Amino acid sequence: MRLVSALDAKLLRDLRRLAGPAAAVALVIASGVALLVMSLSALSSLQSTADAYYDRARFAEVFAPVTRAPERLAARIAEIPGVRTVETRVAGMATAEIEGFGDPVTALMLSVPETRPARLNALTLRSGRRPAPGRTDEAVLLEPFAEAHGLVPGDALTVLMNGTRRTLRVVGTALSVEHVYAIAPGGLMPDPERFGVIWMGRDAMAAAWDMEGAFNSVALGLVAGTEPRAVIERLDALLAPWGGTGAIPRADQISHWFLTSELAQLRTMATVLPTIFLAVAAFLANTVLARLIETERREIALMKAFGYSNLAVGWHYAKLALAMAGIGVLAGWLLGSGLGRWNTELYGAHFRFPFLEFRPGATPYAISAAASLGAALFGALIAVRRAVALPPAEAMRPPAPDRIRADLPEAALAALDSPTRIVLRSVLRTPLRAALSTLGIALAVAVLVLALQWRSSIDRIAVSHFEESQRQDVILGFAELRPSEARFALGRLPGVMAVEPLRIVPADLIGPRATHRGAVTGMPQGAELQVLAGADGRARAVPEGGVVLAETLAEKLGLVPGDPIRIEALEGARPVIETEVVGLVDGYIGMTATMDLSALNRALGQGPRFEYASLLLDPAEEAAFLKATTRTPMISMVLVKRAAKEKFDETLAETILIFVGFFVAFAAALAMGVVYNAARIALSERGRELATLRVLGFTRGEIAYILLGETALLTLAALPLGWGSGWVLVQLMATAFETELYRIPFAVPPSAYGWAAVTTLAAAAASGLLVRRRLDRLDLVTVLKTRE
Amino acid sequence: MPESPPVLAVRGLTKVYGEGPTAVHALAGVDLDLPAGELMVLLGPSGSGKSTLLNIMGGLDSPTAGEVRFRGETLTAFSEGALTRYRREAVGFVFQFYNLIASLTAEENVALVTEIAARPMKPKDALALVGLEKRAHHFPAELSGGEQQRVAIARAIAKRPEILLCDEPTGALDSHTGVIVLEAIERVNAELGAATAVITHNVGIAAMAHRVVGMADGRIVETRVNAERVRAGALSW
Repeated sequence: MRLVSALDAKLLRDLRRLAGPAAAVALVIASGVALLVMSLSALSSLQSTADAYYDRARFAEVFAPVTRAPERLAARIAEIPGVRTVETRVAGMATAEIEGFGDPVTALMLSVPETRPARLNALTLRSGRRPAPGRTDEAVLLEPFAEAHGLVPGDALTVLMNGTRRTLRVVGTALSVEHVYAIAPGGLMPDPERFGVIWMGRDAMAAAWDMEGAFNSVALGLVAGTEPRAVIERLDALLAPWGGTGAIPRADQISHWFLTSELAQLRTMATVLPTIFLAVAAFLANTVLARLIETERREIALMKAFGYSNLAVGWHYAKLALAMAGIGVLAGWLLGSGLGRWNTELYGAHFRFPFLEFRPGATPYAISAAASLGAALFGALIAVRRAVALPPAEAMRPPAPDRIRADLPEAALAALDSPTRIVLRSVLRTPLRAALSTLGIALAVAVLVLALQWRSSIDRIAVSHFEESQRQDVILGFAELRPSEARFALGRLPGVMAVEPLRIVPADLIGPRATHRGAVTGMPQGAELQVLAGADGRARAVPEGGVVLAETLAEKLGLVPGDPIRIEALEGARPVIETEVVGLVDGYIGMTATMDLSALNRALGQGPRFEYASLLLDPAEEAAFLKATTRTPMISMVLVKRAAKEKFDETLAETILIFVGFFVAFAAALAMGVVYNAARIALSERGRELATLRVLGFTRGEIAYILLGETALLTLAALPLGWGSGWVLVQLMATAFETELYRIPFAVPPSAYGWAAVTTLAAAAASGLLVRRRLDRLDLVTVLKTRE
Repeated sequence: MPESPPVLAVRGLTKVYGEGPTAVHALAGVDLDLPAGELMVLLGPSGSGKSTLLNIMGGLDSPTAGEVRFRGETLTAFSEGALTRYRREAVGFVFQFYNLIASLTAEENVALVTEIAARPMKPKDALALVGLEKRAHHFPAELSGGEQQRVAIARAIAKRPEILLCDEPTGALDSHTGVIVLEAIERVNAELGAATAVITHNVGIAAMAHRVVGMADGRIVETRVNAERVRAGALSW
């Protein structure tokens, strides 16, 4: 008895014979599958890591700052319905001096309970120990901050705490669930060299900030299923008399908010792009298999002549298609899982979790397999159906040429040599097939354009933010409001060439559609160091009255220019500002609301005040200036723009751009797969003609011209089509990527089109060379002895 | 038939496919001369080696041993490029299955070789030689089998080859059409003087040859000269 039926033996041999095309189909499918698996597995792993960490570390659900509230208030807070746990603490901003590091370092200082474990936001110790009870100089540092400066337990650190210089002893390093994404106020990216978190015992912190028997920060854990909004309302009411500036739910907690935004962005990137990609790959697998089976027309007729049913023939080719696609799916799964793990680790270094759970989940595997196998099967069966529909005798003859004789104009015919005529007529005679190949290559070009424009979109954001909008060299933050005259003192610091005051007032912005808890920025008239810049890069004047909203914010609130807006300030006496939306600005970053500084101060019932300042520096004196700031009391934050910009670039290079790199590589694989198969199938269809030409005395180069000329022609035709489709894709993606954090500018630089073309042509040339090698080995004798 | 130096001289030609006990001796030491202007018919059953011999003579295949000399030059030592030039300038091929280019008209199929040959005739004249001048603008799919084979002959002779090699030119045709094709071969042999070798296993065709060579098991087993040739038009089978 035979172990394998004759038909299955044919299947195995066909697979071996079609190793090249099968590999190309598998390559195309593997790229689509790998990308989807990589993206979604990284996403779900990060999500489940975050969930697990939040749970284990008892991440609080409501956070509230307050100026100074008595500790006894904690008991009343605990009575708010829905509150399960209350943790009060002392928090403050400080500047740190680190030996050998010239730039200013800002630190958030937080108290930890000395004699009991934390009820909420538990630290995960990474080295050393917690501060011992009663020790007023012991500190635990956020691990990435400690690592950035090579600080280990036993080292010392000088900190300017609430105006007093103190030397602290590092006793441990830790990670914190509140600072997975440790970002300085006003920063865009974590910068562990310049921003860190320092924990000290409650008593030491209370002494430094004059908070004995009091707290200035409170975190709440809620009973499962409690709506935070109701709790926040009651908490705000309790804290208001003590200078509460508005509680926020976990959703607005800065680390969590950045993490969610980044994950949302990753989700868009992980779904939209790979879906497009998988669709393209599936489409290509479909057309390639359809063409491959067209070349099997005679075998199909023969099988029918022997008495095989249409079903049996269909199943035979379905298995062939499934085998080819299956190899691709398996390869894609393997590659995708590996890259997914790598990607998760990459993001894991960016978001600081104490552990990483690689939890790929079954969905991406199932979706990618279903889409790929389905598309391959569909393509194969359509082609088989066409073949079995014919009577066997007719199917055994070569397909009749198209009835409609599209031909080249006489003048063109006269001017062309025979090989060129063969190339052009082949395209004209099978327009549908030529169109499908062109479309396939064009889609690869489109994906490349999409991937390659990413860098410039991000550069555009960076330019808008760091150059057009923020023109200062340094932003200083102060521990409390400064009178307007304090500007002059700042002007006397070394190297300062210009000073502009700035206010950022936490506020609820209320429109008919929604309430947004954010901030109002106050800028002085004629401000030049920080301006309102639109997408076109031009600065807008700050109006004397009313508020200018970012388009995204106006959209969220449901407001247009001319509408009244209610702004509830979340500090001081919590004044309510009733004003008017006087303009919109279409910047790329944030949900900004901007007012004239004097108008804002008046509306808040305060005199000329500021708590931030923009400074322009003489670069030669930067070091002296930075040194001076670390010795100046009241300065609680120093943001050096140059460093922020560098960090922005560095972080992007480590995350999004690596991701994009994969798209480029996979898109190139896609183009290569399509071109290879187009040429390879053309070779199997035309092998006989080409061998005849060789016999007639044509050189290898000349017949390669005929075979690859057609492929080259289709590739060239695909370029403009791909550029157009790429442009559309970029527009779709820009819309899909819009988050509260930022808008993606629609920018396709000419270089993206150029590189997409170069990459595609290179992939096509590589495929052409592979086929050319087969062409050179064309067996003239065998080809001629067989009947068409 | 006038005596003249051979265009092709085959000496000790051996071709072995495979190795060891499974080796197949397709040619086992063949000696043969093909003089200019001669029409030679190679007769023999399937597997007798006649196609292998023709392929080596046409520069499509290389022998295991022995040599072929073309006008005194050793063909079997030619490089790939030199063989291509040899086929382009000196040899015309006619195959059993025509091997026309589907996307070119009859005339363009002929032009395919005239464009690369050194001293070709006009494609129209070549088609006229085989009686197909009126079908010049038809594509292969619009021609009958016999017509397609005559286009193939026109294509083979349009370069004025010194050697015309025909492998079973009537194998795929009925008797009536086959005769028309043979008449075309006979006419171009006479008018152009190309040394012509026609492979067939059809004994009936042998009568039109100057010389008949019989092959079996890779060897020449019979050589005879037809004292009186029968015109192709008078053949039937």
